[in-house]
Amino acid sequence: MDPYTAGTERPPFDAEALRSRIPGWGADSDPADRPSSPRERFDPAASGAHWDVPERQAGGDDRERSIEHRQLTPVFGTTSPLRGVSGVIRRFAYDNFSEGRAAHWLLLIAGDRVEAMGARFERDPVRAAAPWLIGAAAVGALVSLRRGRRG
Amino acid sequence: MKAMVYRGPYQVGVEEKPEPVIEHPNDAIVRVTLASICGSDLHLYHGMMPDTRVGTTFGHEFIGEVVEVGASVQNLAVGDRVMVPFNVYCGSCYFCARGLYSNCHNVNPNATAVGGIYGYSHTCGGYDGGQAEYVRVPFADVGPSVIPDWLDDADALLMTDALATGYFGAQLGDITPGDTVVVLGAGPVGLFAARSAWLMGAGRVIVVDRLDYRLEKARAFAFAETRNYEHYRDIIVELKNATDGLGADVVIDAVGAEADGNRLQHVTATKLKLQGGSPVALNWAIDGVRKGGTVSVLGAYGPMFSAVKFGDAMNKGLTLRMNQCPVKRQWPRLLEHIKSGFLTPSDIVTHRIPLDEVADGYRMFSGKEDGIIKALLVPSGS
Repeated sequence: MDPYTAGTERPPFDAEALRSRIPGWGADSDPADRPSSPRERFDPAASGAHWDVPERQAGGDDRERSIEHRQLTPVFGTTSPLRGVSGVIRRFAYDNFSEGRAAHWLLLIAGDRVEAMGARFERDPVRAAAPWLIGAAAVGALVSLRRGRRG
Repeated sequence: MKAMVYRGPYQVGVEEKPEPVIEHPNDAIVRVTLASICGSDLHLYHGMMPDTRVGTTFGHEFIGEVVEVGASVQNLAVGDRVMVPFNVYCGSCYFCARGLYSNCHNVNPNATAVGGIYGYSHTCGGYDGGQAEYVRVPFADVGPSVIPDWLDDADALLMTDALATGYFGAQLGDITPGDTVVVLGAGPVGLFAARSAWLMGAGRVIVVDRLDYRLEKARAFAFAETRNYEHYRDIIVELKNATDGLGADVVIDAVGAEADGNRLQHVTATKLKLQGGSPVALNWAIDGVRKGGTVSVLGAYGPMFSAVKFGDAMNKGLTLRMNQCPVKRQWPRLLEHIKSGFLTPSDIVTHRIPLDEVADGYRMFSGKEDGIIKALLVPSGS
């Protein structure tokens, strides 16, 4: 087989050799045996849900949500709620930009970095501040050196 | 309770957290007996997933014992040994009613484009994950299943994501008998996708990676031919040469957002976070598949844009298929395959790490140290 000639309809292969070498070879060669085929199968009873609409989880009055959602979803995660400066940034992203806007995601990433930096300062202020202090000292030294030369 | 806690990029540890409580009548609380670190957890660990909050517990692969159920739970009881799909889903929305459990619309207020996933940032719903002693499991009547007595813990654990996702990826390829299938990535999901491709009747399976120890596993576990892309000047030319100039019938991207192989893509995505993910593997899939072929995407990408070679995909008339795996749909068939010996998931497990040493586990997995392929996390009480 090559791309420049018609070849045969299917490439030749030795099914028996494959079956003897590989456990289960071809067991799901019929798409009917594949559980996600067809991809969509309308069967509301299949999931085991015994409700048409889920009950609503309590709380959530202040829970941030995508503006593409018309309502807060009936169930939601409650770990690490919005707080502090990072919370303000994140809420601004959720309240103002759809998931289709780069600003939404870039603001969320900015919120992540602000929060991580704050956590580092809370955990170990000396170590977290060290790079900033070293940088400030280096800039200060350069400035005084230039002033000294001018003088 | 003890739980893995995210403190910022490359910073995780074990901390004391309050035990989870029932927050909805169909919740269950599960005592985790076995969890794992998934390759996609590294995207969180590396700070690539937007809205990953300090204090969050990761972990979307776990099994355990039910210790409490909400008032409306009918299908589970305290004491049940359960496996929990990585998807959080309601079972009754427009998408769940059609079997798209990974695309549930009722569990993730933070985004409409992705469903709920345990321990996978607020972009996936803000649920704590299973790298902890206890975890809250919403919609206990639709997600978890009792583990059959004959099924080993490690096999059950791998059913909750890696095995189901790999097998699902082979399905997305719409493999027909005799097809040549290329799998990009020899991590757990890639290994399972390669092994599953044979079940669908593949005539050849070729696995591509840059880590020789993983390629060795691909040969032994998945019976695959292998290519180390670092040994070739141009892996696309090699894939074309290996397929008589045609390209593969099906290419499966089992790498996702942190693909190596192109420095510009890697740096702009993983270091500078200017892309939703480094689409090197996806672009190799598009270039390495034959015209009219199918690309199956299992690799996880962030929600931002990525520099994908879409023009080639269009010009070649490709079918691009992808999704997060609707895990529970796969289970009946996977159980049959494990029982008959066609699939042996726990063969890929290389490490068992106590939960207390989770930071070492992440560092080791991130650095691909010590021949690591799949690391299981064992909570102290298990």
